Amino acid sequence: MTATVTSAPVTNPTTTSRPAARSVQASVSIRDALTQITTLAWRALVKMRRNPEQLVDVTAMPILFTTMFGFMFGGAISGSLARYLPTLIPGIIAMTTITSCVAAGVQLREDMDKGVFDRFRSLPIARIAPLAGPMMADLARYAVAVSVTLIVGVLMGYRPGGGVLGVAAGMVLAVITGWSLAWIFLWIGTKAKSAGAVQGMSMTLMFPLVFLSNAFVPVSTLPGWLRAVTRVNPVSYVVSALRDLMNHGALTAQVGWALLGCAAVAAMFIPLAVRSYSRRV
Amino acid sequence: MPTEGETPLGRPESSSRQAQRACPPTAHPAVEARGLTKTFGTNLAVNDIDLTVMEGEIFGVLGPNGAGKTTMLNMLATLLPIDSGEARIFGHDVRSEGHAVRQLIGVTGQYASVDENLTARENLWMFGRLQGLSSKSAHSIGDDLLAQFDLTEGAHRPISQFSGGMRRRLDLAASLLTRPALIFLDEPTTGLDPWNRSQMWGTIRNLAAQGSTIMLTTQYLDEADALAGRIAVIDRGRKIAEGTPGELKAQIGTSSLRVQMAEGADTAKAVALAADLTSDTPIVSPAGSGFSVKLSDANQAADVLIALRNHRLGIANATVEQPSLDEVFMTLTGHTSETRLPGAKASES
Ligand SMILES: Nc1ncnc2c1ncn2[C@@H]1O[C@H](COP(=O)(O)OP(=O)(O)OP(=O)(O)O)[C@@H](O)[C@H]1O
Ligand SMILES: [Mg+2]
Repeated sequence: MTATVTSAPVTNPTTTSRPAARSVQASVSIRDALTQITTLAWRALVKMRRNPEQLVDVTAMPILFTTMFGFMFGGAISGSLARYLPTLIPGIIAMTTITSCVAAGVQLREDMDKGVFDRFRSLPIARIAPLAGPMMADLARYAVAVSVTLIVGVLMGYRPGGGVLGVAAGMVLAVITGWSLAWIFLWIGTKAKSAGAVQGMSMTLMFPLVFLSNAFVPVSTLPGWLRAVTRVNPVSYVVSALRDLMNHGALTAQVGWALLGCAAVAAMFIPLAVRSYSRRV
Repeated sequence: MPTEGETPLGRPESSSRQAQRACPPTAHPAVEARGLTKTFGTNLAVNDIDLTVMEGEIFGVLGPNGAGKTTMLNMLATLLPIDSGEARIFGHDVRSEGHAVRQLIGVTGQYASVDENLTARENLWMFGRLQGLSSKSAHSIGDDLLAQFDLTEGAHRPISQFSGGMRRRLDLAASLLTRPALIFLDEPTTGLDPWNRSQMWGTIRNLAAQGSTIMLTTQYLDEADALAGRIAVIDRGRKIAEGTPGELKAQIGTSSLRVQMAEGADTAKAVALAADLTSDTPIVSPAGSGFSVKLSDANQAADVLIALRNHRLGIANATVEQPSLDEVFMTLTGHTSETRLPGAKASES
């Protein structure tokens, strides 16, 4: 098969710059992969900055839900708005981070149909980079969502008992939650036929997760079967953990369970998403 | 079918075909494909194609819409799984060593593959960074390429404001950041105006002169003729001919001379002269004021024109025309590329 090659001197002057016969690496080094991920995170951030309407779900939504739920249900559920806020704000924070991770899947699906992803596929880059890059940029989205909710809460009279440290810890936990759960939606994004389908499927999955939990109502008011559902719902653990941190500054077992749940979701869905993405392309 | 023993180079046909000369006599194969096949459902998009492209040459893949050009290129570029057969790029197996292959190739697809949200300069920087260039060299190499492709002016504009030709040039620039040894170009000039088209031809020749191997697809015989050292003609997923442009044209029959007679000149007499000199039956134009005649040799055009002059038969204009792609297909397959429209079922499998 291989042609015999003689080492005859090549006289053509242009051959000194011949690009051929370079050495190739068998795989991507961790360092290169990190550069690729940060480069693609940069791309996602530029995109976000140039299409600010993509930030509606992490700005307008938390404002809307916090005020709406606070003024409508505050009296009914807790007797007054001020007494409802410590229950509500961690619940809204959990809800907005989880809703904003749906966008990760929708946008991946949109991106995959675009020409630039064809080029990513033809480049010698880590297969995880086109997924992990936007995921890194999305950390900023979750941070915005959490901050906006918190600010609106404070303006409405929320005074977190956990202090600065407790609140900071709560924010970090919320961002971690958003990042971990987003892998589920990324995976859906690699599987679905269209961005609209991702949106539909994700919403169907997300609404029961958020509302069949302890996010907005005290579980004790629920009928028995629903209480059982909220107890196995992982979102309940996150909400409880957020309340413990933000309202009491307490590092409870709930926090441990919430983190463990996030780790489990990530460990399961990162490989699924990457595999499905590589196969799709 | 090309084999290792076959000379990789066609005879140089014109001074423009420098790529052939840049190719050293001891070249290795850059692309080797055996029995390459791809099926979409029941549609054999690429059917048992064998190809060898030698290092340093410009190899043209000529075929009409739906022939399987893009599908074949995508398989070679690791973008599409190979159903059966095997392919090697510089000795690396495309199926099992995709990552190695991707380090050696640059791909400019049929459709623009740059990021609409970024400016031209940002695009090049991003692709440079992704391929391991430092931030600084990604910028400087990117700027050089922008200048080279006449895009400096639009460097800071978003791609969404680019014209088709600018997009195409940026797309090619984005494939050249790491000076890949093998460049795949899928219909690099489709949609370009004549000026941009000839610019693109110049660029492609330069790349080859600098030592890159180029595999390009085209629907135009004149383009394949002008650029490629060797051409494979594919139709309905099959390779139906391969050779130097000269060999192919010899196989196809050659060009024809089209003459428009001057006002009042005796067309019938001119046609008789042309028939005598070319051993072909000239076709008189519908208006009766001109004719076209097939030439078995380009010199016959001069013979005919001289004869007209000697008989004082004035002409308004005369052109020598290359056989069109349709004529190529007519000769090679017995059907025109036109007949292969949706609904027309393939007679061969
Ligand atoms: N993803 C796909 N799914 C199903 N069929 C496909 C797909 N891609 C291509 N085909 C079919 O395979 C055949 C070859 O297509 P291909 O795009 O390779 O042609 P082409 O030679 O590049 O044509 P063109 O000049 O129009 O670009 C066509 O019949 C096309 O309909
Ligand atoms: Mg094509």
